[in-house]
Amino acid sequence: MSAPTRSTVLRDAIGLGLAVGLYGAAFGAAADAAGLDLWQAMTMSALMFTGASQFALVGVLGAGGGALAAVGSALLLGTRNTVYGVRLVPLLQPRGALRRLGTAHWVIDETTALSIAAPDGRLARLAFVAGGASIFLMWNVTTVIGALGAAALTGPALAALDAVVPAAFLALLWPRLRKGFPESRVQLRVAIGGAVIALALTPFVPAGVQVIAAVAAVALAGRPRPTEAAA
Amino acid sequence: MSGTALWAAVLAGSIGCYVLKLAGLSVPASWVEQPWVARIVDFVPAALLAALVAVQAFTSGQDLVVDGRLAGLAVAALALALRAPFIVVLVLAGAAGALVHVVTG
Repeated sequence: MSAPTRSTVLRDAIGLGLAVGLYGAAFGAAADAAGLDLWQAMTMSALMFTGASQFALVGVLGAGGGALAAVGSALLLGTRNTVYGVRLVPLLQPRGALRRLGTAHWVIDETTALSIAAPDGRLARLAFVAGGASIFLMWNVTTVIGALGAAALTGPALAALDAVVPAAFLALLWPRLRKGFPESRVQLRVAIGGAVIALALTPFVPAGVQVIAAVAAVALAGRPRPTEAAA
Repeated sequence: MSGTALWAAVLAGSIGCYVLKLAGLSVPASWVEQPWVARIVDFVPAALLAALVAVQAFTSGQDLVVDGRLAGLAVAALALALRAPFIVVLVLAGAAGALVHVVTG
């Protein structure tokens, strides 16, 4: 109820939104490098609005992959937003079809983390809306900047962009491997497995298919832990 | 790939990802909260993102290659381990890639 709590939630949400929104510039640049035009990059940031899936789609296209493999890897990465939605329903209680349709668009890693961290339902809704709005705004603006900036690059600057794209994927992966992330050692094992599968298949399958096939590395995670089942 | 095919991929991917988000707010929680489903969803990002790191850094078409991107990736990993902000990680990776390009001509 107190003002400080409300303003703390707002400050955290907007701060995170502005910081995360910067990733949009890397996405815009990656989209340009993959051969998408400005409108296609903007459409993705406005409509898809889920970073890892966006990066995956342009990443597969950039590697010479087909549309099916590109869309498939985006959808596979999008499944975690389904799980987030399930966790958010009791917190946000989106009533009515319109509100549910609107809420769904902003269900992503960051808005979920902000909402779950809020002390009650009212502040969870505030965190969701403030975080979602600031990320959405920044993400779309920086996508345009990144796409236009990358389109202007030549020579060594293009080589720089080539090196930035894998680094951006590594930066998306990194938090899952850090100590403190649930089962970070198992995450690392799955990640190494995914990379090995992808590289081993690259000479033999059409581009992009090796990325989808890497999902098989999830088997390295083993069975669900009993504690997880109880939680 | 033609502009039409690119647009098809952009729109199909965007609509599909939105439907996945909406499904979470719409289906009974028990459908999604199966231990096996949760297990798979928890680990899919690690497998796919690592595969994308590998493909983006070490392949060109169907060939495995090592070039300036490896230097960029190594610098990025170091910067991430030192908890550098995202933008710093990317700038350093880009600088390393460009440097290798210039040096190796």
